[in-house]
Amino acid sequence: MDALAVLFQSTPTDAVLWPLYWLLSLWSVFMSWLGSVTGLELFQYQFMHRAVLVGLCIGVMAPLIGTFLVHRQLALIGDALAHTAFAGVAVGLFLNAVIDLGVSPYLTAVVVAMLAALLIELISEATDAYNDVSMAIVLSTGFALGTVLISLNAGGLAVGINQYLFGNLSTVSAENAAILLVLFGIVVATIAVTRNQLLYVTFDETAAAVSGLSVGWYNRLMVMLTALVVVGAMQIMGVILVAAMLVVPVASAAQVSRSFRSSLLTSVVLAELAVVLGIGVAYYGEATAGGVIVLVAVAIYVVTVLAGKLRTRLGDTTAADVDRISADDTDSTAD
Amino acid sequence: MSDADPVVELADVGFGYTSARVVEDISLRVGPGEYVAVVGPNGSGKSTLMQLMLGLLRPDSGTARLFGEPAHAFDDGARIGYVAQHASASKEMPITVREVVRMGRYPHVGFGRLSAADHRIVDQALDTVGMYDFADRRVTQLSGGQRQRAFIARALASDADLLVLDEPTVGVDAESVDAFYGLLESLHADGITVLLIEHDLRAVTEHAARVVCLNREIYFDGPTDEFVESDALARAFGTAMPVGGDA
Repeated sequence: MDALAVLFQSTPTDAVLWPLYWLLSLWSVFMSWLGSVTGLELFQYQFMHRAVLVGLCIGVMAPLIGTFLVHRQLALIGDALAHTAFAGVAVGLFLNAVIDLGVSPYLTAVVVAMLAALLIELISEATDAYNDVSMAIVLSTGFALGTVLISLNAGGLAVGINQYLFGNLSTVSAENAAILLVLFGIVVATIAVTRNQLLYVTFDETAAAVSGLSVGWYNRLMVMLTALVVVGAMQIMGVILVAAMLVVPVASAAQVSRSFRSSLLTSVVLAELAVVLGIGVAYYGEATAGGVIVLVAVAIYVVTVLAGKLRTRLGDTTAADVDRISADDTDSTAD
Repeated sequence: MSDADPVVELADVGFGYTSARVVEDISLRVGPGEYVAVVGPNGSGKSTLMQLMLGLLRPDSGTARLFGEPAHAFDDGARIGYVAQHASASKEMPITVREVVRMGRYPHVGFGRLSAADHRIVDQALDTVGMYDFADRRVTQLSGGQRQRAFIARALASDADLLVLDEPTVGVDAESVDAFYGLLESLHADGITVLLIEHDLRAVTEHAARVVCLNREIYFDGPTDEFVESDALARAFGTAMPVGGDA
């Protein structure tokens, strides 16, 4: 009924998103039931229902795309895109303040971050500059644009900007949660379909190109998916900390995983752990959720580094003590 | 394309990243089943030549053809196996040998999943290069020689009939280098065309049947024994160069 009520008094965006509002209301029923079973106060508030759902979605999609980025040594691209997403939020707020457009700042953030993602790739391809140079240019430009737009209408915009900079559990609206579900669906489905190609391009770009893959196209796809994840995660994590969810769980998983497949799954599990613990601690400790989630993720990282070192000491093999294959072995196996 | 048609064919190819030419007036044909090594000093254009052959770069002048088609438009990547010094991923990337070799099947399955037959081909490729027992080991835990074998297995899994190797034995210990070239000879004997970019002149003269000596332009192109007797190396390098040394 809530979903239908929203439909009848809705904006065009709401009309498009109403099936997701229905899903959100189902999720809310489940969370309320969980609250009554566990007795946890956390589950009694509808805004927390949405915050938990958004956090869980971030815990899946951020490490999924982050795994490819980190191993391509593009860990900082999330940071660059988060700053441009901030500019996108500022554009949305500015347009709403000046011409009363009524558009969600998250939608303008999606558009601006996607354009910035393409710009990073274009600068890299056009100038042969290293990716960190193009990322630094786009990061600075994004943040500069955001601050200028805010300063042009300081009285109206500066008030709400903190929630975008630092994230906020209580400001996850139904509309923003629905937008995140759309982003989640796009990101997870795209990675599921193109995982082999993304893995090949990540591991060995030249060999992937020789095998016929359009490396440039997959690079662009990767950064555009990153832009979607960054905007989605920004609601809770905030612009400043959003990149951590792309990087820290992946770095943790790399310490304890042998295969790429297991590192992908492990990074998602560790990210979910950080999100659930982080939201819980932030709620009961009345702290900023983004900061707590990142601190938990970093604590997990420290534990995995120690676990990795311990495992090596207890006898896992390293490059130094791997048995060499002798020339005799070659002759017998290659014939 | 018939069996006699060249696998690689360059005609009057010239290329430069800027106005200065890196390679100039290169004409070269590599036939099916040949074992050709390209040698030359650092900066001689060896890797650029390889990229032109594979269609990764388009020539400024002349034409490059691969399996009879314009190299840049060639779209049957499964026919080419590529082995470089290193992969481009971070050294910490957790990935097993089997996962690397599976990549050889990706051009065959596109966006689909690998079938049981694909997995059998992967196992067979691992067995051929003597890496089956190392299949579930993380690539970062391998020696240099073992890593290169994994890359060759990837090419075999792809069912490649052209194997392109770009200085594959840099940083590999001497014993593993010998084993590596033993494997290459075995694959060549099975009919695979081998195109080797190499700095190790001793390895080239011991294993390749034909040598192309390059320094911006081709100084020599012919049988290896004639190359050893010629003064091409001294002219290409601008100094006397023992064939047993590194290029």
